[in-house]
Amino acid sequence: MAELSTRHLLGIKGLTEQDIQLIFETADRFKDVLNQPQIRKVPSLRDLTIANIFFENSTRTRLSFELAEKRLSADVVNFAASSSSVSKGETLIDTVNNILAMKVDMVVMRHPYAGAATFLSKHVKAQIVNAGDGAHEHPTQALLDAFSIREKYGDVAGKKVVIVGDILHSRVALSNILCLKQLGAEVMVCGPTTLIPKYINALGVKVEHNLVKALNWCDVANMLRIQLERQDIKYFPSIREYTMLYGLNKEILNSLDKEITVMHPGPINRGVEITSDVADSKQSIILDQVENGVAIRMAVLYLLAGQTQ
Amino acid sequence: MQNLTLLDGQKFQITIQRLCRQLIENHNDFSETVLIGIQPRGIYLAKRVANELRKILPDSNIQQGDMVITFYRDDFRRRGAPLIPSETKMDFIIEGKKVVLMDDVLWSGRTIRAAMEAMLAYGRPQKVELLALVDRRYSRHLPIMPDYVGIDVDSIASQKVVVSWKETDGEDKIVLLSEIEK
Repeated sequence: MAELSTRHLLGIKGLTEQDIQLIFETADRFKDVLNQPQIRKVPSLRDLTIANIFFENSTRTRLSFELAEKRLSADVVNFAASSSSVSKGETLIDTVNNILAMKVDMVVMRHPYAGAATFLSKHVKAQIVNAGDGAHEHPTQALLDAFSIREKYGDVAGKKVVIVGDILHSRVALSNILCLKQLGAEVMVCGPTTLIPKYINALGVKVEHNLVKALNWCDVANMLRIQLERQDIKYFPSIREYTMLYGLNKEILNSLDKEITVMHPGPINRGVEITSDVADSKQSIILDQVENGVAIRMAVLYLLAGQTQ
Repeated sequence: MQNLTLLDGQKFQITIQRLCRQLIENHNDFSETVLIGIQPRGIYLAKRVANELRKILPDSNIQQGDMVITFYRDDFRRRGAPLIPSETKMDFIIEGKKVVLMDDVLWSGRTIRAAMEAMLAYGRPQKVELLALVDRRYSRHLPIMPDYVGIDVDSIASQKVVVSWKETDGEDKIVLLSEIEK
């Protein structure tokens, strides 16, 4: 028997290494469940209702959470802010309390503002899972990324991972850095100076502005999308110039001394941060990441639900 | 704690061999039968029985798997913390096969109920039987009865039956543990 040290999953920051390993070990078993020959679901959460509340667009994460919930036999309600009373001026707490009044046990929330999940966890009774809050954290993405590295190499400790792209606006980058460091990996960030946060050194990561140097150093490269929707000013002259300096193509990949692993949290902008022949190459584990996402989310929901009583 | 050894040494081995002979009576060469040990402790019984059967029937293909039932338990969210499952190893489909579920100790029957549900993820068996090394009689919470029994034990709820295995614990032994009254 084992238990997470937290009642909510608000970010990687609140997790211990033991928590992460426990999530991984549980996710291993859920991967078995997803590959069962006939029935790919289990009844564990059959008496639970989970609300997926998305105040921001999402395809992969929402689908992945919904699938994870359904594979655990939970009842699921979906809520998208664009089609709700939020546009009529309702506050976040009111919205969520109204949903909870309909007897919902757990809330999976994505919100454009950093700290929204933490705020909610202090004001409502249900357990909260953060599915991305602004440019702050995206814990399940970091967990599934680290889980995919562990699956590929057997262990995360000692591996060298470079995160390339828009570090400044990326919640995936912050959660990944925290998660990988917690598990003993070496982390480097790479991108234009304007897209690297000022206080990045406080996180104990290396910084490199030359893509080829960064790729020669690493075992794994996690290529991030440029978050144009969060950029209110111009951070670089043009997308074309960004691609020339920080886009990963087959030519660069083949010129490296060793065979590195390529990851991407999606959605991919093909031809910008990564070319199609790299995204679809055998060095890419992008689709494994998506598959692992369901198992990781099942593990998180299962472990959180198990401790409610 | 007071320990009472119920079975060990050669008697333990004789019991396993008797169970194997009883299985052969019903399953002939095991071509249509699979043996499933229930994780965590039932797998040692299933492995031992499978190995004994392979010695007795060297030309047969004895199929044996380990099955996790953790996600199918009926006490999830009713105990302190969730149980962390072990690994399922079932590299066969049970569709149309005769299944023999195996566990070391049969007590309330709830594990077996969960196992029957978990098993369906691997197909619809033609028939399911239950083999228990120890049957703690008169303690069932559900209408479940074993088809093959190593030994019957009459015990009360506060007692515990522990099965040790040569392969993992150093010796074959079944012990009844009782709390000493103060």
